Amino acid sequence: MLKTFPKGGIHPPENKITSSKGIKRMTVPKVVNVPIAQHIGIPAEIVVDKKDKVEIGQVIAKSGGFVSSNIHAPVAGVVTKLDMIIDTSGYKKQCIVIRTDAKDEANFEEKEYPLKKNIELEPKEILKRISEYGIVGLGGATFPSHVKLNVREDKKIDCLIINGVECEPYLTADHRLMLEKAEEIVVGIKILMFALKIDKAVIGIENNKKDAINLFKNSVKNEVGIEVAALKVKYPQGGEKQLVRSILKREVPKNGLPLDVGVIVHNVGTIFAIYEAIQHNKPLIERVVTVTGKNLENPSNFWVKIGTPIKDLIAEVGGLPEGTRKLVNGGPMMGKAIKNTDVPVTKGTSGILVISEDEASRGEAKNCIRCGECVFVCPMGLEPHLLMNLSEKGLYEKASNEDIMTCIECGSCSYVCPSHRPLLDYIRFGKSIVKKLETSKN
Amino acid sequence: MTDSVLYSVFLLASLGIVAAVVLYVVSKKFYVYENPLIADVDEILPGANCAGCGSPGCKSFAERLVNTEDISDLFCPVGGNDIMKEVAAILGKEVVERDPTVAVLRCQGSCEVRPKTTEYQGPRTCAISAMVYSGETDCQYGCLGDGDCVKVCKFDAMYMDEATGLPVIITDNCTSCGACVEECPRDIIEMRPRNKRDLKVFVGCLNEDKGGIAKKSCSVACIGCSKCEDICPKDAVVMVNNLAYIDPVLCTLCRKCVDVCPTHSIIETNFPPKKVKKEVEKKVEVKVAVVKEQIVAESKKSKTDA
Repeated sequence: MLKTFPKGGIHPPENKITSSKGIKRMTVPKVVNVPIAQHIGIPAEIVVDKKDKVEIGQVIAKSGGFVSSNIHAPVAGVVTKLDMIIDTSGYKKQCIVIRTDAKDEANFEEKEYPLKKNIELEPKEILKRISEYGIVGLGGATFPSHVKLNVREDKKIDCLIINGVECEPYLTADHRLMLEKAEEIVVGIKILMFALKIDKAVIGIENNKKDAINLFKNSVKNEVGIEVAALKVKYPQGGEKQLVRSILKREVPKNGLPLDVGVIVHNVGTIFAIYEAIQHNKPLIERVVTVTGKNLENPSNFWVKIGTPIKDLIAEVGGLPEGTRKLVNGGPMMGKAIKNTDVPVTKGTSGILVISEDEASRGEAKNCIRCGECVFVCPMGLEPHLLMNLSEKGLYEKASNEDIMTCIECGSCSYVCPSHRPLLDYIRFGKSIVKKLETSKN
Repeated sequence: MTDSVLYSVFLLASLGIVAAVVLYVVSKKFYVYENPLIADVDEILPGANCAGCGSPGCKSFAERLVNTEDISDLFCPVGGNDIMKEVAAILGKEVVERDPTVAVLRCQGSCEVRPKTTEYQGPRTCAISAMVYSGETDCQYGCLGDGDCVKVCKFDAMYMDEATGLPVIITDNCTSCGACVEECPRDIIEMRPRNKRDLKVFVGCLNEDKGGIAKKSCSVACIGCSKCEDICPKDAVVMVNNLAYIDPVLCTLCRKCVDVCPTHSIIETNFPPKKVKKEVEKKVEVKVAVVKEQIVAESKKSKTDA
């Protein structure tokens, strides 16, 4: 019997068109726009100036506080300007623009690091390096990893969960990474187990990626304490709380973290970034991005430098097909439409989805017919129709009492609503107001 | 038969007496003293419950007026100076006279001058689209055009102009309660002094981008050229973040800045047409005239409706 979470969930069409396409290295972009706010928390502080020469991997923006992260130069070149550029938030944000030095060989070297298994650093050094090398959660939420790993003394962690679920339709970045870097990921897991002194780790993979499951089962055969859990395909299994419930049958308390039930969850991408940082001294300057869409000429997975404008990615897959209506940063369920193709790839960009006219438009919102579908599919056990009404009417206190803040914004409710009601739009809005009210209260 | 009549009369009378006694005792025992002045003040206040004064409604504002020693910083924007004077007379307290204000829209980004570059399909409210992204045009400072301000106006002083996609403020109806200012996620609406005959000069733009970028996204954007700052004889224009702002206190309405603005982003309202007409000015005045006509038409309409 495959494991899964009991409450809610949906089965959107998978559309994983790129799952058989190996990860290609993208042509080095001529210019990169590196936003200083790529992670949750305080934006980093710029430490370079206009006309400065930067080396690849050099720190160009320093962490602005505890919940923040360093940002490194993804290419060697010259800082041409510090500009305001529209990023994935839809607003103009501070960016560091670097023109790639076409003569610098470091930019074009295709370094294939050999697998390095023995861990040389001490646990403290490992955690310090994770913080210095700008590692953030690569699953999409971009939460700085060192904060997650900084476990207070009174909390006891007994299990590390590796998130290889990738329940979002279309995206295959994690899947390909697991297939191509399985050994490295296992070393990465061992690094974290060593640093946190945990003796159990579980890799959670959905059953639609049987090749990855078998591969990992093979590579962890001789490892002590690392298991592979095959999970039933169901969206949003990749959510931390759902994944902990699926694998360990532990219920993360509402408004709590997996930490409260003794678990730390990390995405496979993050684990690989940690491996590279610890074993090969490589900061987080590139990531795997799936560029996909039904009408694309040549959809595929790429190693992309952080800050690459999305138009370069589009050019790599054969340009925008005719009738393109929407570009989404991320997957179709939780991703966000982007405003133009100058938007740079950030640490949180797991995919670029090109959607055509007929798939893109939203149905006209009609009245709620009280069918209860949204309640049925909500993985957090909330009542989305109620939360929407409350935030539409401005009854934020009531919405807060109805646990609006526990919503994980997976979008299952909007997906199933037969009346096409903009449930998540209003819930997100309500959440932002409730958050503001709560902070102003404290 | 007379017995039954007498019985019921007696019974009802005694019930009435008992109830009266109970009510009397309760009303004495649980009597809540309320300053009678509160009711008097409440009577004078406009009763719009618009919350423009900062209190949730007129009654609670009356309480505040009566219970506060120094009421010089309390003001009812709807009632204005006249009402506040009456209140002061009743309470025997001092009030400070304030210039009447009116809401103005600091964005001229109509569909014509500010082309749409994206399309938004989510719920049509400014609050949500502002949360999601910077809007359908390339200007991330201007009006989102979903009319949250119109929805919140309790005095029918605003409507959405479908041709321009911008809200229009009917100056005659505006009570300067400030609800729209509060509601607008972009802070486009500003309260400015009403002045005589409603003469106003202000910068109709909030774009802080550099000139070229601003101009590209909207042809009537303030490009931060500082020409208005240079020409202003009273130093009423300040430039902050590539954006001009005209200080209503210092401005003497000389309109010199209106003429020099290369993008016509400074708006003048209700001025008589100038005698010497230049090519450039015509356009501005036509626009003002159109707005004026609309206002007149609308106020007429609302009068006939009423």
